[in-house]
Amino acid sequence: MLALALLCAVFAGTVQAQSADDDLRARLNALASGGFDETQRQIDAIAATGDPRAAPALEALSEGDLYFRQSDSAVFIVRTEGSGYALQDPLTLEGVGTAGRREVKKIRVNNRLRRVIRTALGTLTLRAPDPAARIEAADAIFKAQDVDSIEPLDAALAAETDTDVARHMREARAAAVLASGRPTQDKLEAIATIAARGDRDARSLLTGISNGPDTALHDAANAAIAKVERVQGLWDTARNIWFGLSLGSVLLLAAIGLAITFGVMGVINMAHGEMVMLGAYTTFVVQSLFRTAAPEYFDYSLIVALPAAFLVAGLVGIAIERGIIRFLHDRPLETLLATWGVSLILQQSVRTIFGPTNQEVGNPSFMSGAFEIGQLTITYNRLWIVVFALVVFTVLLVAMKATRFGLYVRAVTQNRRMSASMGIRTPLVDALTFGLGSGIAGIAGVALSQIDNVSPNLGQSYIIDSFMVVVFGGVGNLWGTLLGAFTLGIANKFLEPFAGAVLAKILVLVFIILFIQKRPRGLFALKGRAVDA
Amino acid sequence: MTFRFLSGGLTGGRIVMLALLVAAAILVPVLNLALPESHPLHVPTYAVTLMGKYLTYALLALALDLVWGYCGILSLGHAAFFALGGYAMGMYLMRQIGTRGVYGDPVLPDFMVFLNWQELPWYWYGFDVFPFAMLIALAAPGLLAFVFGWFAFRSRVTGVYLSIITQAMTYALLLAFFRNDMGFGGNNGLTDFKDILGFDIQSDATRAGLFAASALALAGGLVIAVAITASKLGKVLIAVRDAESRTRFLGYRVEHYKLFVWTVSAMMAGLAGALYVPQVGIINPGEFAPANSIEAVIWVAVGGRGTLVGPIIGAVLVNFAKSWFTAALPEFWLFALGGLFVFVTLFLPTGIVGLAKSAAQRLRRLREPQTPGRETKTPSEMAAARPSEQAAE
Repeated sequence: MLALALLCAVFAGTVQAQSADDDLRARLNALASGGFDETQRQIDAIAATGDPRAAPALEALSEGDLYFRQSDSAVFIVRTEGSGYALQDPLTLEGVGTAGRREVKKIRVNNRLRRVIRTALGTLTLRAPDPAARIEAADAIFKAQDVDSIEPLDAALAAETDTDVARHMREARAAAVLASGRPTQDKLEAIATIAARGDRDARSLLTGISNGPDTALHDAANAAIAKVERVQGLWDTARNIWFGLSLGSVLLLAAIGLAITFGVMGVINMAHGEMVMLGAYTTFVVQSLFRTAAPEYFDYSLIVALPAAFLVAGLVGIAIERGIIRFLHDRPLETLLATWGVSLILQQSVRTIFGPTNQEVGNPSFMSGAFEIGQLTITYNRLWIVVFALVVFTVLLVAMKATRFGLYVRAVTQNRRMSASMGIRTPLVDALTFGLGSGIAGIAGVALSQIDNVSPNLGQSYIIDSFMVVVFGGVGNLWGTLLGAFTLGIANKFLEPFAGAVLAKILVLVFIILFIQKRPRGLFALKGRAVDA
Repeated sequence: MTFRFLSGGLTGGRIVMLALLVAAAILVPVLNLALPESHPLHVPTYAVTLMGKYLTYALLALALDLVWGYCGILSLGHAAFFALGGYAMGMYLMRQIGTRGVYGDPVLPDFMVFLNWQELPWYWYGFDVFPFAMLIALAAPGLLAFVFGWFAFRSRVTGVYLSIITQAMTYALLLAFFRNDMGFGGNNGLTDFKDILGFDIQSDATRAGLFAASALALAGGLVIAVAITASKLGKVLIAVRDAESRTRFLGYRVEHYKLFVWTVSAMMAGLAGALYVPQVGIINPGEFAPANSIEAVIWVAVGGRGTLVGPIIGAVLVNFAKSWFTAALPEFWLFALGGLFVFVTLFLPTGIVGLAKSAAQRLRRLREPQTPGRETKTPSEMAAARPSEQAAE
């Protein structure tokens, strides 16, 4: 039923398009008949359709490249080719053969018509059915400060129903007015309109006015610049916060598993970054399977990759715990070395199997593209990663607070020997916690594969940052990790504009080193007997 | 005074090692320079340079053992001190190039000319004088270690936390030295050295001399380390390693002891770096990489931490294996290194030296079976039997 309805709709749409096509073609063909006055009426009529496909034909007319065929008065865009002409369909712009010199005749235009055509062209794009095309046209006028476009803009504004498009048109008009010879009062209004726009283009335009010859406008322009700068300052702040949140969510994903294992076992897992890498490679493998087996379901590959990555990384984690770490109990520094060794082996294994180069991991359609809020461009993959990080955090928080396993984990974190005395099987808790922490690193890898290069070195680039987050946030407290990740992310992005990316990172590292002096156990330290063994 | 320390600490193995180092410092240059190339005992120059490089690594490992083996501070940033010493030497060597650089500027090194710098930054002044450069090679790492340690030990940052922030320190320096604005050659570092103290840095004699200097520096480092660890101060250090809180409760200012040995160790690492650079001919920010520091830790672990002789053996062995693997089976080096990390921590917690000692002890016990109560353990064996607990939380 639905399919049928859809089919009908599609069919109806085609028919409609077809009729519009015929209509426009008839109007174009009509350009061939009659004198200048008649042609002008036809141009106006074409402009009134607001169909952007007429634009090439009108441009050709203005340039003197629009011809009609003597035999059937059909109109073509024409290029000289050898002794004859190459014909182009005026609507589809496809080549439709050639014609001899005598078969076609140029449609004559004069300067008055050329002006009419220019206005018509502006109007055409300004009245395109697609709002995005209209905005684009308006923005083009804004940049060019095209004085001739004021009238078409006025006409288009009168007909415009979309408020967003209308705003762009008003701004374009204001820009054009500022370049025109209109009275000061109009220009002052224009300055106000442009100031409200408040982006970089507006600022450069206003700077031009404030340095321009018209002294009457200087004060208004300077005031407007100040206003624009204030607005821009706010947007810059918003942008830094957004980028900071984005970086913070990446850090959170990478560090949260580390925080759990470190909290419970007092063990820094140097192979944690490699768990992230394994997750990313699992994504790659899952996507490859999808590509070969079911390319039409490619968008769902990430949903399959998540549990797969969790399992792969989690199982490797449990293997590391059972195989190595449990023998190194109470020797945390040596565990650090052993896990470093494991990380080297994992890296080299992946390099041997998949090769040292970056692997291609695709974005599913819902993660590509971007949208804008004011002057802030937000890409979907970043947005999804922020959301995903928060979801993972919440799930983990609930798991820690509300499940029996979480209770055991917290008990072991606080006092291992007491927990063992109370009947908790601490070796099992250790193994499962390590599996959980590694599994979360694995799903972090799925997310990171969307924004970073999937190579054997992927883990290395996150491991130090993850340490910093854990050390900063404090052990055994998920909120500390959350706060640590976002604080470091945002601090980094706020430092970047005036310090540069590298220096910002150095400053953050130095800050953490100093911070640790003040609070040797992080923001949220465990208190009581757990502090010192 | 020093002699009394030494007599306490100079056990058989250490005497043998010192003798070996001094003998190598004399013999290897002689075998390299005096014998014709066809002679079966001739030591080729590349081998001299390679061994010289190993010896500087061994000095780094020795420095690390001083803090890790005797004080329980696992530094994951000792490569930073090593590299700082190396940069100080590199700066001296850069100034020695003079007008022989590509751009022929008498004062500015090539990379500064390339970056359009007009004059030498103030921190490059004085590096044309060798003693000053050597002073900085010791003082820069020492000062960094002192400031870092002053803050860290006073705030009682210990265990894993300390390891992580030492790693953060070397990582921050890595990033900093990558910047061109720092004035240390950025990405490319310092290279293209011509001569040292007026001798051509490429010549066989200079290389043999550098080898001898490395061997003697290592021997000197060993003597200092033995003196420190055998003294009363050394005993306190071991107490700090085994039970930091208890030592503090007994009235010792733990942080002062740690700071002292930490700074000495950093200077030793700096000296190692300064000797390393002329032998490999380049110093770049890559030396600061955290991975290098961790690799140095495994040298110590392989040889046996808390033994002083062990790290020297470990550094030479592991690096020899590295040279061999990267030439013969480059794919497998990381497998081998990773496996070594795991194997040593799991099965060889006392390292090669510890293994040899316990084997020797077992042999002795086999020979004279009934002597109960004669079991005296050396400090290092105590360490092996009862590993560091200060970081166990």
